[in-house]
Amino acid sequence: MKAVNKNIRKKDAMSIVTGKPIYTDDIIPENCLIVKVLRSPHAHAIIEDIYTEKATIVPGIECILTHADVPKSRFTTAGQSYPEPSPYDRLILDKLIRCVGDPVAIVAGWDEKSVDKSLSLLKVKYKVLEPLLDFKDGKDNKIIVHPEENFKALIDIGSENKRNICASECFEFGNVEKELKKCSHIIEQTYHTKANHQTAMETFRTYTSMDAYGRLNVITSTQVPFHIRRILANALEIPKSKVRVIKPRIGGGFGSKQSAISEMFPAIVTWKTGKPAKMIYSRKESLTNGSPRHESELNIRLGSDENGIIKAIHMNTIWNAGAYGDHGPTTVGLAGHKAMTIYNSAKAFKFDYEVIYSNTMGAGAFRGYGATQGFFALESAINELAAKLEMDPTELRMKNMLTQTQVGNIMPTYYNEELKSCTLDKCLERAKAMIGWDEKYPARDMGNNKVRSVGVAVAMQGSGISDIDVGAVEIRLNDDGFYTLMIGATDMGTGCDTILSQIAADCLDCEMDNIIVHGVDTDLSPYDTGSYASSTTYITGMAVIKTCESLKKKIIAEGARLLDCSEENMNFDGQEVFSLKNENKKISLKDIANKGLIGMNNYLTASESHYSPTSPPPFMAGIVEIEVDMLTGKVDIIDYVAVVDCGTPINPNLARVQTEGGIVQGIGMTLYEDIIYDKSGRMINDSFLQYKIPTRIDAGNIRVEFESSYEPTGPFGAKSIGEIVINTPAPAIANAVYNATKVNIRTLPITGEKIVMGMIKNNITPLI
Amino acid sequence: MFTIDKYIVADNLQQAYELNQNRRNVIIGGMLWLKMGRKKIGTAIDLSSLGLNNIEEDEDNFKIGCMCTLRDIELHRGLNDCYPNLISKSVEHIVGVQLRNMATIGGSIYSRFGFSDVLTAFLSLDSYVELYKGGIVSMEEYAQMPLDNDILIRIVIKKDSRKTCYNSYRTSSSDLPVLTCSVSNIDNTWNVVLGARPQKPVITKINANSNPTDEEFNQIISQAINNSSFGTNYRGSKEYREILAHALIKRNLEAIISGGNYAN
Amino acid sequence: MQIKLWINNKEFSDDIAPDTILLDFLRAKGFYSVKRGCDTSNCGLCTVLLENRPILSCSTLAVRVDGMHVTTIEGLEKEAAEFGAFLADEGAEQCGFCSPGFIMSVLSMKNELKNPTENEIKKYLEGNLCRCTGYMGQLRAIKKYLSKEN
Repeated sequence: MKAVNKNIRKKDAMSIVTGKPIYTDDIIPENCLIVKVLRSPHAHAIIEDIYTEKATIVPGIECILTHADVPKSRFTTAGQSYPEPSPYDRLILDKLIRCVGDPVAIVAGWDEKSVDKSLSLLKVKYKVLEPLLDFKDGKDNKIIVHPEENFKALIDIGSENKRNICASECFEFGNVEKELKKCSHIIEQTYHTKANHQTAMETFRTYTSMDAYGRLNVITSTQVPFHIRRILANALEIPKSKVRVIKPRIGGGFGSKQSAISEMFPAIVTWKTGKPAKMIYSRKESLTNGSPRHESELNIRLGSDENGIIKAIHMNTIWNAGAYGDHGPTTVGLAGHKAMTIYNSAKAFKFDYEVIYSNTMGAGAFRGYGATQGFFALESAINELAAKLEMDPTELRMKNMLTQTQVGNIMPTYYNEELKSCTLDKCLERAKAMIGWDEKYPARDMGNNKVRSVGVAVAMQGSGISDIDVGAVEIRLNDDGFYTLMIGATDMGTGCDTILSQIAADCLDCEMDNIIVHGVDTDLSPYDTGSYASSTTYITGMAVIKTCESLKKKIIAEGARLLDCSEENMNFDGQEVFSLKNENKKISLKDIANKGLIGMNNYLTASESHYSPTSPPPFMAGIVEIEVDMLTGKVDIIDYVAVVDCGTPINPNLARVQTEGGIVQGIGMTLYEDIIYDKSGRMINDSFLQYKIPTRIDAGNIRVEFESSYEPTGPFGAKSIGEIVINTPAPAIANAVYNATKVNIRTLPITGEKIVMGMIKNNITPLI
Repeated sequence: MFTIDKYIVADNLQQAYELNQNRRNVIIGGMLWLKMGRKKIGTAIDLSSLGLNNIEEDEDNFKIGCMCTLRDIELHRGLNDCYPNLISKSVEHIVGVQLRNMATIGGSIYSRFGFSDVLTAFLSLDSYVELYKGGIVSMEEYAQMPLDNDILIRIVIKKDSRKTCYNSYRTSSSDLPVLTCSVSNIDNTWNVVLGARPQKPVITKINANSNPTDEEFNQIISQAINNSSFGTNYRGSKEYREILAHALIKRNLEAIISGGNYAN
Repeated sequence: MQIKLWINNKEFSDDIAPDTILLDFLRAKGFYSVKRGCDTSNCGLCTVLLENRPILSCSTLAVRVDGMHVTTIEGLEKEAAEFGAFLADEGAEQCGFCSPGFIMSVLSMKNELKNPTENEIKKYLEGNLCRCTGYMGQLRAIKKYLSKEN
């Protein structure tokens, strides 16, 4: 192997670090309509009238659109494969307002000042309704978030919109009640995770224009260009053939751009006016009307025998969909199915959930996709069980979790998939050694009212969505023998353009520079479901391998044909096609390629697609060392060690940075990130001044290692890395806080105030 | 979005003062808070060319021009030698170097925000503001005055032998503080300033030995807390702020008494 | 208002509205490296040098830099590439949307601090947010860059 498992620079790295204009707003024409949206100040209201006269006559205003001007069939903005499991519950503009910031009118004009002025002159008459703000009260509430008759779920997700139920399900394996009765130790607790934002540094943004063929061209910062094509066609009620979507470099996603957030607004303006338009979300808009992680309440019942052998796990969950159902029915599933599967040896499992609508911001996909919430609850409960058993929590895990020796076992909570690769036990052992667990567990008094403690959690995720995600790849042979790698997978800074090129370089026995790759264009790129669900390396990577094999066969066949010999006994080493029998029979790739561009010969190109019937889980162990200020409850991250089994890391540098980045996002979610609403449902902390993400001082020190298994179904043995890395910080930090203070914090974020108040409640005075 | 109709670099303070009497006109400092608002500004008045961006030090005073940036005071050797645990510590958590290169001390003190780190710090010094019309006013008095149309020209700190220490509690490193605390001691006077309560900083002056007994030590803390009221916002409850006040005062006192750096 | 300034040592004159923000002015002149990441002066994406000191171009009036020198990463391409190579070798540029502002701060730090400690590096760069990397790869790159310089 030459390129795989090597730390190769990203192909676009030097353009990025020298500030080249490569993002959406850098590459579009300056002369276009500026699109902004008037947003509702109310969480629940009916628009009775919109007075547009004064706003329309502002010089420079091209059009103002209201609910009367948009198509009437509902759609979802969730970027998922059709038929989407998210209900069709949206319009571009709706008469019924379901959350603060819901769009009321679209204003397009030739300069920002005119648009701002026009927005300020729009007058709206609302019939204000009582909002439903607490999702826990949502089921069968008299306030109905989606009363509409044309609400539609394409597949059975257990939705009943008139009862505010977006989705529901009950899964049971074995008999949980029976097993729990036999348990000597039971943990029964409720955990509460909050909504948080992905906060990609590039806010949502889209540019639209009409091309020479009368088609809508869309340049947009998205993870899912092919889904955007379908969503826009649905939203505008136009044929999908009328839409072309281009993804340039994008400034981060983390799941936020797995929904259509900004796309519809300039698209309808351009479709109606024929004129180019762009919409750049402000940070505030991205925060008040983005696609955050679903808030959740998780009730756990967990039982073991006196030796700490776990017998039964019951997870019951209520999920806050917010105003719209995007990703609600699917994220919730991961909370149970990913979290419980780690403890696969238990006798019985139950997982029942309800996803409930409320008049808060609609949620979406955020790295971890529901598993993160599930792991906080279940891993916290496991740590509480260890405390109850007076057992080291790492020992409890070693007795119960998936390990190398369980490879070959069937996982009933994981859709009966077979475990084909796992080194979780090695991950945990290594993490313990790295942090010095045995010396540091549970805590040490550092003097000056500071206590240092350690905490642990393990996690898994999937690699793509089994039987659903599809990646197609095309590779073309060009002049002099360089290859064009055509992919529909979307590099969002993660480096998949490079990673997939590494795979292709090894398969085709060539240098990385011999492969060119570029962003996604739905008119040109082969189909790909998009970059989400930790799928790109695993799914599209396999498609690259298949395509390379297919192309190599064609190269050999063409070489043989040009050499006038049979394909048998011919080989290709990346440089030339040669006969194994006759050393005079050889032709260079360059000659094959150049001849292929002349008549009589064959232009060589191959395309294959791949899907996987399984979604092999990557695993990781995370151990944190924190320092707690016993006077204030302040938690500082001292050291975070992560040991990951992502199979073969195709590019270890990029896998490491994914891990470090995911952990720091997890730290933010654990310690302070929290979407807070006022009594009327308005988000209070709607800026980076108030909604704080970790700075480099908050992040602490992070150390990452890999304990690679070899996944037989993945490219070069690879599994995924992108999402799993956010799952351990919350339960590990909660565990460390307990080890320092004996306070269990079960509601995120874990603030100093909660810790101190918990200590006081436990009769430990913080004022020593 | 805020707008500005006209921008003038003032030639002298009288001109700036006259312009500033119009309610639509505004003196711009670093413009960081102003930019976030929706104010429709008539004339933006810039004091940049009036030589007010220097820190002057003589035997008795520091004089800090209103256009000095937070970064200027953070790095000023004289100020930080004199008050080693105070000045730079009070600004180091304010967002980042770029912002502190812009935010002016005049703008920071003039605004008299409840959460102001620098106001908390300066209140523990023998400090004054020099106003164009109002003359020299003590920082303590200025902190309580309503915002008006006078011009804050410079801040004056009278040098003395006081020892000082600053500390704040923030949920994350560059967040606004949940509580700010500054303590100074000169002779038998202890000044305890608590800010971000979340209301404006208040100062409590306590007579106690500069090397207090345990009893006096606790008394300083309880007197300061009793003299300050605390409130609730989403960064912290009233009760928690009181607990924080105890912790921050205690650590500042310990640092001053031991003469060393406090361990955060 | 009429202004004249130097961007990357090249003179520019223009007649602009008094509330034109420097960030927008720079982008309008084709300096697309300068990015906006927030509305509240918190993210550092728009960092440029004004008279060689890092400032937030999102919070600076263009009229206020009349007669002054502004430097963007386009004006320090060689230096940016030199440090950027270390970043690229760590895979720590990731999405890169914060890179121009971050790199301007790193270059400014190199001029301002002599042999900074890890803590001093973190403090100097705290105003540059990054959501992708978790900052560790950036730190590795900075350390290697600074040690090579010495």
